[in-house]
Amino acid sequence: MTTTDIRPHTPVEDRPTAADRPIRVLSFRQRLSRWDVKVSPYLYISPFFILFAIVGLFPIGFTAVISFQEWDLIRNSGTFVGFDQYAWILNDPKFWVALRNTFSIFLLSTVPQLLLALFIAAMLDRNIRAKTFWRMSVLLPFVMAPVAVALIFSNMFGDVHGLVNNALTSVGLDPIAWHKDPFWSHVAISTMVNFRWTGYNALILLAAMQAVPREYYEAATVDGAGAFRQFVSITLPSLRPTLIFVIITSTIGGLQIFDEPRMFDNTGEGGPAQQWLTITLYLYNIGWGEFNFGRAAALAWILFIIIVVIGLANLLITRRLVRDEGGRGVKMPRRARKDTAR
Amino acid sequence: MNARALRRVGLIAGVATTSALVLAGCAGGGNQGGTGAEGEKVTLTIATFNNFGYTDEFLQKYEDANPNVTIVHNKAAESGDARKNFFQKLGKGGLADIEAVEVDWLSEAMQYSDLLAPVPDDLKGRWLDWKEKAATDPEGNIIGYGTDIGPQAICYRSDLFEAAGLPSEPAEVEALFDGDWNNYFDVADKYREASGKAMIDSANSVLQGIVNQIEYTYDKPDGSVIATSNPEIADAYKSVVERAVPNSAYSAQWGDDWIASFQGDDFATVLCPGWMQGIISGYAPDQKNWKIANTFPNGGGNWGGSYLTIPANGKNVKEAQKLAEWLSAPEQQVEAFVNVGAFPSQVDAYENADLQGYVNDYYNGAKTGEIGADRAEAVTVLPFKSANYFKYHDALQNAVNRVFDKSESEDAAWKTWVAEVEAF
Repeated sequence: MTTTDIRPHTPVEDRPTAADRPIRVLSFRQRLSRWDVKVSPYLYISPFFILFAIVGLFPIGFTAVISFQEWDLIRNSGTFVGFDQYAWILNDPKFWVALRNTFSIFLLSTVPQLLLALFIAAMLDRNIRAKTFWRMSVLLPFVMAPVAVALIFSNMFGDVHGLVNNALTSVGLDPIAWHKDPFWSHVAISTMVNFRWTGYNALILLAAMQAVPREYYEAATVDGAGAFRQFVSITLPSLRPTLIFVIITSTIGGLQIFDEPRMFDNTGEGGPAQQWLTITLYLYNIGWGEFNFGRAAALAWILFIIIVVIGLANLLITRRLVRDEGGRGVKMPRRARKDTAR
Repeated sequence: MNARALRRVGLIAGVATTSALVLAGCAGGGNQGGTGAEGEKVTLTIATFNNFGYTDEFLQKYEDANPNVTIVHNKAAESGDARKNFFQKLGKGGLADIEAVEVDWLSEAMQYSDLLAPVPDDLKGRWLDWKEKAATDPEGNIIGYGTDIGPQAICYRSDLFEAAGLPSEPAEVEALFDGDWNNYFDVADKYREASGKAMIDSANSVLQGIVNQIEYTYDKPDGSVIATSNPEIADAYKSVVERAVPNSAYSAQWGDDWIASFQGDDFATVLCPGWMQGIISGYAPDQKNWKIANTFPNGGGNWGGSYLTIPANGKNVKEAQKLAEWLSAPEQQVEAFVNVGAFPSQVDAYENADLQGYVNDYYNGAKTGEIGADRAEAVTVLPFKSANYFKYHDALQNAVNRVFDKSESEDAAWKTWVAEVEAF
C-alpha cells in the first residue's frame, strides 16, 4: 500500500524545519493518511466503548436518575423526590442487617476457601500420579450451575429432613437450625460458595506455583529446609501477586452474592428475620418483588459506592504489598517485607 | 478489498447497529388495539402458570371450531414468575394476547385497569358475585375473566386421626371440626396430647385462613392504613401465635422440609382449597389415608384463584376476547376441574353433572365436585385487598415465622411488624 510509505517521512521531515519552510499544502490523500494515523486507533477500540455506553454507562446513569424519583415502572414516569429514597434505605434496619450478612458470608466463604485452595494447590503441585485427572476433578464443581448447586445443598441443609441434620442426629448430636440461626445459615450458604469456587482458585494458585523456579526448592533442600519451611518461605511469597488477584475477584463475587441465598429457601426473601438477606437479594426483592424501582435504584447506587470504597482499599493494600511490580517475592527488598509483616 | 474500504464498511456497520438498537427501543409501542377482520388467520398466545388444566387436546377443540385461529400456550413455572413478566411488559408490549393473573396480585394489576381490555357487559353475572367484584375497577368494568377459585375444606389423614383416638370417617370429622377457629385449635390440642405430634401442617396457612375471612384487613378502600390498629388482625395474630404455633409442624408451607414431610406423618391436617388436593396427591402418591372433610372453621373461606386478562394494546384483542370467553365458560372450566382440580368460579358450572358427579379416588371416593360447590357457597366475606395487601401480609407471616422459630417473642415479633409497616 502506498500511503503507508509516507507515514515515517512526513513527521520526520516536517517537524524540525516547520518554522523556516513555507507551509506545505497536503493533498487530500495525505491528509486522509494523517487522520488515519491519529484517528484509527480510537476507531478500532470504539466498538467496545460504544457497546459499553449503551449497555453499561447508560443504565448506570439512568439508575441514578430513577434513584431520585418515585418511579412507576409500568407507566414509565416518576416524580422527583430528592434524596428521600437514599434516606429511606439508610434508615431501614433491613439494609444494615443485609450489609452485616453480606460481609459475614463474604468472610466465611473467602477465608476458608483461600486456605483450602492453597492447600489443594500445594498438594497438586507435588509429584503425584494422574495429575490431569486430579486437576480436572478439582475444577468439576465450578462447571455446575450455581442454582443447581444451591438446590442440592439447600436440600442437604433442611432443618428437619436434611441430610446433614439426619447424620448429626444419628450420631447423637443436636440438629442445627440452618434456617433460623443467622450464623449457621451463613455457614450453609458459604459452604455452597466454597464448593463452587475452591477448585477454581486452587487451579489459579497452582498455575502460579508451577511458575516458581525449581532451583529455589533445590537450594532450600540443600540448605536443609523441610517441606513446610519451603512452602512458607518460598511458595507463599512467590504467590503474592496471584493471591491478590484471587482476593480481589472473590471480594467482588462475595459482595454480589445472590444465587445461593436466593435459593436457600422457597420464598427467596432471606428468611423471616432477614437471617440470610444479602444486599443484592434485598435489591432484587425491592425491585422485582415490590416494583419499587426508585428505592431499588438508590440501593444499587449505595452498593456501587460500597464496592468502589472497598475497591480503593484493595488498591491501597495491593500497592503496599507488591511494591516491586509483580516480581517474585523472593527478590523483594527487605524493607518492603518488613512492611507487610506488620 | 483494501484496508481502508474494510474500515469504512466497519464504520457503517457500527453506525447501523447503533441506530438499529435505538430504533428497536422505540418499536415497542407501535401496535395499538388492532382489530383483525373476521375469518382472518390469527395466532393467539396465552400465558398461564402452574397448571390451569388447559391441555393440548383441550385447546385443540377451540382450534377445530375456529379454523382461522392457532393457539400458542406458554406456561410459567409459578405465579411469581408470571407476575414479574406481567408488570415488566404491561403497557409496553410483548405480553401474550391473554395473560393469566393470580388473585394475589390482581389488586396490583387493577391499578392499571385502563391498560387492560374490559370484559364485555353481556358476560356479567357469569361468575360468583365476589369473584366478579374483586376484578371490577372504579369505572365498573370487569377486567378479568374468572377461571378458578379456591373454596377451602379440610384434608386430613384418617390413619393418624384414628391412632390419636379421634373420629376418622368424613361425616364424623365434619361434626368434629364444625365450629370456629378455637374449636379447631381444641381438636389440635387433643390430637397433640394423644399423639405428641402437631396436627396442623403450618402456622401460616392458619393465618391465611383466618385473614381471608376478614373484610378489611390492612387498609381500606379510601387508602387509610389500619394494619396495626385493626383489632381483628391483632386477634388473628394472637390466636395463630398462641394456639396454632404450638400445634403446627412447620411455620410455613412450600419449604423443602414441608414437602418432604408428605412422605412421613409430621402432621395430620391441611387446609384444603381445590388446587391443594392435587398438590397433596402429587407429593404423597402412595399415601392412601388422605380424606376430605366438607367443613371449614368459622364458615367458608377462599384461598387463591385466577383470572384471564387481555392487554389492551395487544394485536388481536377481539379474537383474544372470544377465546377468553370460551375458556372461562362453565363447560370448559368443568373440564379443567376434571383435568387438574381447579375449581370453577362460574355459577352455572355448579349445576353441571360432570362436576357434581365427580369422584376423587385418591381421597377414598370423596365427591370433590360437590364438596367444592358447598364450600364455595359458604364463602360470605370478600376480603378487600389493596395493591399493598401482599406486602403487609407477607410481613405479618414473617412475624409468625419468627415466633415459630423462637427468634423473637410474641410481643417482639409484633413490634417488629409494626415498625416494618410504619416504614412502608
